Amino acid sequence: MDMKSLYLLVPLAPLFGAIVAGLFCRVIPRWLAHTVTILGVATAFGASVLIFMDVMAGNTYNGTVYQWMTSGDYSFEVGFLIDSLTATMMLVVTFVSLMVHIYTIGYMQEDPGYNRFFSYISLFTFSMLMLVMANNFMQLFFGWEAVGLVSYLLIGFWYTRPTAIFANMKAFLVNRVGDFGFILGIGLILAHFGSLDYVEVFKQAPDFANTTINIWGAQEWSLMTVACICLFIGAMGKSAQVPLHVWLPDSMEGPTPISALIHAATMVTAGIFMVSRMSPLFELSTTALSFVLIIGAITALFMGFLGIIQNDIKRVVAYSTLSQLGYMTVALGASAYSVAIFHLMTHAFFKALLFLAAGSVIIGMHHDQDIRNMGGLRKYMPITWLTSLIGSLALIGTPFLAGFYSKDSIIEAVKFSSIPGSGFAYFAVLAGVFVTAFYSFRMYFLVFHGEERFGKGEHADHHGDHDDEEASHDHHHGLAPGQKPHETPWVVTLPLVLLAIPSVVIGYIGIGPMVAGDYFKDVIYVDAAAHPALSQFLEHFHGAAAMGLHAFQTPAFYLGLAGVVLSWFFYMKRPDIPAAIQRRFALVNEILENKYYFDKINEFVFAGGARVLGKALWRGGDVGLIDGIIINGSAKVVGWVATISRLFQTGYVYHYAFTMIIGLLVLMTLWLNHA
Amino acid sequence: MSNYPLLSLAIWVPILAGVIVLMTGGDRNAPLARVLALIGAIAGFLVTIPLWTGFDVSHSGMQFVELHNWIPRFNINYHLGVDGISMLFVLLNAFITIIVVAAGWEVIKTKVAQYMAAFLIMSGLMNGIFTALDGILFYVFFEASLIPLYLIIGVWGGPNRVYAAIKFFLYTLLGSLLFLVAQMYLFFKAGGSFSILDWHQLPLDLTPQIWVFLAFMVAFAVKVPMWPVHTWLPDAHVEAPTGGSIVLAAIALKLGAYGFLRFSLPIAPDASHELAGLLIALSLIAVVYIGFVALIQTDMKKLVAYSSIAHMGFVTLGFFMFSPLAIEGALVQMISHGFVSGAMFFCIGVMYDRVHSRQIADYGGVVNTMPKFAALFMLFTMANAGLPATSGFVGEFMIILAAVKFNFWVAFLAATSLILAASYSLWMYKRVIFGDVANDHVKELTDIGGREFIILAVLALCTLWMGLYPQPFTEVMHTSVNDLLRHVAVSKIQ
Repeated sequence: MDMKSLYLLVPLAPLFGAIVAGLFCRVIPRWLAHTVTILGVATAFGASVLIFMDVMAGNTYNGTVYQWMTSGDYSFEVGFLIDSLTATMMLVVTFVSLMVHIYTIGYMQEDPGYNRFFSYISLFTFSMLMLVMANNFMQLFFGWEAVGLVSYLLIGFWYTRPTAIFANMKAFLVNRVGDFGFILGIGLILAHFGSLDYVEVFKQAPDFANTTINIWGAQEWSLMTVACICLFIGAMGKSAQVPLHVWLPDSMEGPTPISALIHAATMVTAGIFMVSRMSPLFELSTTALSFVLIIGAITALFMGFLGIIQNDIKRVVAYSTLSQLGYMTVALGASAYSVAIFHLMTHAFFKALLFLAAGSVIIGMHHDQDIRNMGGLRKYMPITWLTSLIGSLALIGTPFLAGFYSKDSIIEAVKFSSIPGSGFAYFAVLAGVFVTAFYSFRMYFLVFHGEERFGKGEHADHHGDHDDEEASHDHHHGLAPGQKPHETPWVVTLPLVLLAIPSVVIGYIGIGPMVAGDYFKDVIYVDAAAHPALSQFLEHFHGAAAMGLHAFQTPAFYLGLAGVVLSWFFYMKRPDIPAAIQRRFALVNEILENKYYFDKINEFVFAGGARVLGKALWRGGDVGLIDGIIINGSAKVVGWVATISRLFQTGYVYHYAFTMIIGLLVLMTLWLNHA
Repeated sequence: MSNYPLLSLAIWVPILAGVIVLMTGGDRNAPLARVLALIGAIAGFLVTIPLWTGFDVSHSGMQFVELHNWIPRFNINYHLGVDGISMLFVLLNAFITIIVVAAGWEVIKTKVAQYMAAFLIMSGLMNGIFTALDGILFYVFFEASLIPLYLIIGVWGGPNRVYAAIKFFLYTLLGSLLFLVAQMYLFFKAGGSFSILDWHQLPLDLTPQIWVFLAFMVAFAVKVPMWPVHTWLPDAHVEAPTGGSIVLAAIALKLGAYGFLRFSLPIAPDASHELAGLLIALSLIAVVYIGFVALIQTDMKKLVAYSSIAHMGFVTLGFFMFSPLAIEGALVQMISHGFVSGAMFFCIGVMYDRVHSRQIADYGGVVNTMPKFAALFMLFTMANAGLPATSGFVGEFMIILAAVKFNFWVAFLAATSLILAASYSLWMYKRVIFGDVANDHVKELTDIGGREFIILAVLALCTLWMGLYPQPFTEVMHTSVNDLLRHVAVSKIQ
């Protein structure tokens, strides 16, 4: 098989599985649905491995699959660009997807929508692969919206739950706000570059470095700044950056496997991937990079704080994801694109692991998601416990584990960055280390250690945020009194183990080639003269082992350690202290409970405002002015005339109308021709 | 094939079929009337296929031309022809006719023959509009096609049909009269010719051009409909039976837009440039203002009707940016809107047939009882929101991209449709389809049957085809659109 067919096979195999499982979801047996989809994704994974090796051997590809459309001077194509960045993403996507497919057999076994679920996640895999394999902006946008669609379908998978169908609409609409910016960015690219093909655009990009456009009044704006910020707004939606992050916590309404696949490992990182792909453009605008950096830093730190006060196991992990996406964005802003992709990859493994482990805990707890009802699960769920511990350690940046290498690289790169906002960003990512360690181990201790709080019959009182409470109404079954949690079946634990392995080793293996080496040579472009942060960091880099040892002299390590120790002290030793703090700092607690009031503001200003505006335009404009005064006013006059003329006729209007028109035609033809 | 008078066949086969169906008489023969109508509609569609397969994409002028004397005294001719702008609409119209005949199959129980005949005759007349190259011929078809539509609303319509019909009538009356006056003016100016193609070449000063343009604009803007002459459409849709709504949205709205391309732009190019700002402003108001209005509608048909107006705003926006990407985008948007809005109205009809309500509040949780329907409805809802891989995306994408080049803020306002269209479409879908079973009506719903499934599946395939591979659609437009733009770029002022 030649390489081009292999490239095609990667997205098409999952698509085939999705179509079979989707179209025939009501007729085929469950084993067939999961077999066909798993085979599809496994094929894609296998092909991705082959492609990865081929890329390693130095072969890249850029070609058209088919011409989508031509118009004017423009040609729009569907095509693939296969290089080291694509190959990395393909491996991550297909591997995590495969794990999630297997896991789903166990997680969804009692669900009536079993086949439909498999169809959706395979369709997602297809869409995500089309996104990362694209060689042009249009196909990128295709994949971009397609993953948004599947995310919408999956968040609302349990479509009878009011919270789920609210969350999925919210997710779609917030993403649409991002896409609004994204499409304008694409439009600017096409308008000025005359092409949407990556290679073509990147080749021309330096010529446009000093181009300015007139956006508002007489003010001239740098084209690259406007275009890059527009594109980044798209990334803010998909990768859940403040203020477009509001959809991600709510997306936890979806089944846990998709939280791992879509809302942690793959789809939400599409924005990070996109900006990295566009590095030749972003490098031309320090203003845009600064914007990226600051948004990322805000997300990294402030979303982490929210993780501290969550009691729903999935929401803790969700806020952690938000915070980690902020880290990746910070790396992008610091022009350390390769580091961002590196963190994307390590995060995909350990965060998918943490989510799937959370799902395993949820199964073990009979669908109780409140960590206040857990405790001491270590004894009952040993594999879940151990893999969770590995995932948490990787997340907080324990030296030598995956998260350490990627996160520390980000911190170091930001330290050397000098663009506006980098001081704040450095503070944010450093403080974020402490916060991450604290919330991660708060959850870890509350779930796996300490007093066994489950099976008490009565759930701990819910004075948490009421969103949780609503969400939990119909699916919090929980353990009956005296009932013990149980370890989950092998289809659930096997993916945990398989994800734990890269969570440990991938950082050590990857940092050399991906960050320090020339793995991304010719793919990611950094203007080292203007943005030297990464190259300065690399001057201090002497191999993965040395970096691990050096960690013990860095503030990040001690901040992380402090976070773990403090959470142990607070939640294992003196649980009265956090409660006291909550009372003492009621205002802060109130703000965090309300998630900085983003949801309330959105609901009131945007959702409410749109409805009020719509009503005003309708009642005032359409019904009041146009119909009320102009049309019905004229109609009254006509009606008055008609009342008089009605005296002269009796039949149906349509009789007359037909007779009239036919008569006219005949008369005109005959009479005028012979006259 | 081109030896056959294909365009005449496209016009007269459905009309003849309509007359035959009419002859089956009363409702005793309803089954026969249905079968004959379906045969007629399919035959009408089949004769249009050679128009696409035999279309010469490199030829910019009119193709399949037929020219006969009709009223020599006034130099009025039976002059037909299609180019890359009009050809696809003939096919779309013939295709939609099959859909509406099938859509009314079991649903219409009274005056079946008359109902079917009205649609067939209307289909033929509308093909006449898209193919006429003589001003008077166009006008005759343009006006005559109103009658069947008026009848469909008036006879098979809802309780408030009289109000809707009067509104419809008032709006179109004003437009038609000015249209006719403008035609008379051009006739004399052109030295006694009603040929539209002659008018294209006719030199005109700016002032008369502006008057002619405004007269045309009133006629076409009402049809499109553009803001602020749009308020007849929601009422007409609400009162029309399902089939009427489908034709109204899928074809009738396209007539006005088509008129802009066939008359306004080439006949008054300088005025078009002069007044482009006005047209663009009205189009953007349609996109944004109507988007908000659609959001708060409580009647599903009204909501989709308003969304039609917003989508047609994209069409007129595309016309007046004078770039190939924009105009082809507008044409693609028109065809796509034919599939998608047709399907949306059919979906609402499916629910209305069962529950006899169009109110969103009367539904909820329909997916529990109608899963197949919910899946297909989801596809069309997404297409309505312009999701990539559906036809709804293609035109909007092209127009927004072209708008960025034209003016960033025009693009900015147009792109709000991404958010607004998703908001009103998905919010309606959520309230109607998702959730727990809301009431006993929903509980007793039966999923779509074979006939309904086939109609929706065919429309779904069209939507996806056009979304995944629009090249066959745009390919036929290139030469004609480029030709039109070259023509419009040259001033007619002497």
